Amino acid sequence: MKYIDAFRDGTLARKIAHNIAVEADPRREYSLMEFCGGHTHAISRYGIVDLLPDNIHMIHGPGCPVCVLPMGKLENMIQLAQTPGLILCSYGDMLRVPAAGGNSLLKIKAQGCDIRMIYSSADVLKIAQLNPQRQVVFLAIGFETTTPPTAVIIKQAQALGLTNFTVFCNHVLTPSAISHILQSPEIRQLGLVQLDGFIGPAHVSTVIGSEPYRYFAEEFQKPVVIAGFEPLDVMQAILMLIRQLNAGRADVENEFTRAVLPDGNLKAQLLVAEVFELRRSFEWRGLGLVPYSALRIKSGFADFDAEQRFDIPVLSIADNKACECGAILRGVKHPRDCKIFGTACTPENPIGSCMVSSEGACAAYYRYGRFREPRPGNTVTKN
Amino acid sequence: MCLAIPALVERLTSGDNAIVNLAGVRKEISLALVDQVEPGDYVIVHVGFALQKLDPDEAEKTLLLFDEMSNQIDENTQSTK
Ligand code: SF4
Repeated sequence: MKYIDAFRDGTLARKIAHNIAVEADPRREYSLMEFCGGHTHAISRYGIVDLLPDNIHMIHGPGCPVCVLPMGKLENMIQLAQTPGLILCSYGDMLRVPAAGGNSLLKIKAQGCDIRMIYSSADVLKIAQLNPQRQVVFLAIGFETTTPPTAVIIKQAQALGLTNFTVFCNHVLTPSAISHILQSPEIRQLGLVQLDGFIGPAHVSTVIGSEPYRYFAEEFQKPVVIAGFEPLDVMQAILMLIRQLNAGRADVENEFTRAVLPDGNLKAQLLVAEVFELRRSFEWRGLGLVPYSALRIKSGFADFDAEQRFDIPVLSIADNKACECGAILRGVKHPRDCKIFGTACTPENPIGSCMVSSEGACAAYYRYGRFREPRPGNTVTKN
Repeated sequence: MCLAIPALVERLTSGDNAIVNLAGVRKEISLALVDQVEPGDYVIVHVGFALQKLDPDEAEKTLLLFDEMSNQIDENTQSTK
């Protein structure tokens, strides 16, 4: 398939790996965070870590939409779904995320709640039109990629004069999460995680462009390289980061020029600005309350805001004690640090959110990484 | 949810939609977020919406970049031998 196979070519991959090995300075360590879950998936799936020298460390970031929703929000969704006569529409991944008390949307669906899995947000409007007597709520989650589609359907619902359609808006913003990670006291003071540079998200950047990252590069002196989702894209971005770090530079570079423009997609940005506004603060799993990191529906579209139509309380519920998702999302722990990884917690029976979607670090590592031999001298313990 | 691949636009349909081919799978998606997409273009699709058009020249340049830089290294390593 065009634009896919060429970016997965094994010979080229080995060449880039060779360049990385030649250019990485053996006297230093490189800790690079891939923010986006799509990159986490690609890194695991194509075994990219195996092609890197031992002093390059890939740290998984919080860019997995279902992983970062906190337990309180899940409980809101579960309660909403139990409203008599209501139809709740959600992207598939959301259904299996474990909520408090061993619940999940999938479980309450089995008990009779009307929860529909949708592929496109446009499907929700059709469901609302077909069920005029019933309230239809769309669980809107995700980063800057899913927000413009949500804006489109809210505007369409307004044009159609739908009165039974609302959106429970949980859209979050990438740049604020990256800033928060860089400013996190746990990361700064305890020095638990060293971050030297970032691989910038692919699809998020098609929408927001490369400009919004300039702030980290300047403010925190960390290089950012935006990369596509294919394995060669990720490897090339790693090489570009190493070159910047070796040269003492902290710039924003774009490896994904075939789809990311400096200003991104202005049409999408205008739509988002028309329908949404910033929330003062929003709770993320793992990151806690992050200022100005999420969106809510503007008052002009209040008729389509589930938070206006239904009683949705602010709930704060602690994660399962055994689960390390919070620390994994902050980049301070790895899935293998979790005691129940692969035993009590598996993709079939997830205990934490990171084991659900294929973009979650635990799920990616479970599927592609867990049988990898430990590197010599790394984790082998003699007894 | 974010995992996606470039899709080939095969045919424009009503209501700002298009039929795309995603590695053999045909789907109707919305073009509401992009301008001037024609059949034959490749687009980045996410949750049923095209987010951006793929630039074939830039794709070509990136592929060349992977190779060119490697060649340079090859030459460098050879010349230092
Ligand atoms: S393995 Fe499961 S319980 Fe452990 S951190 Fe990952 S998702 Fe949480």
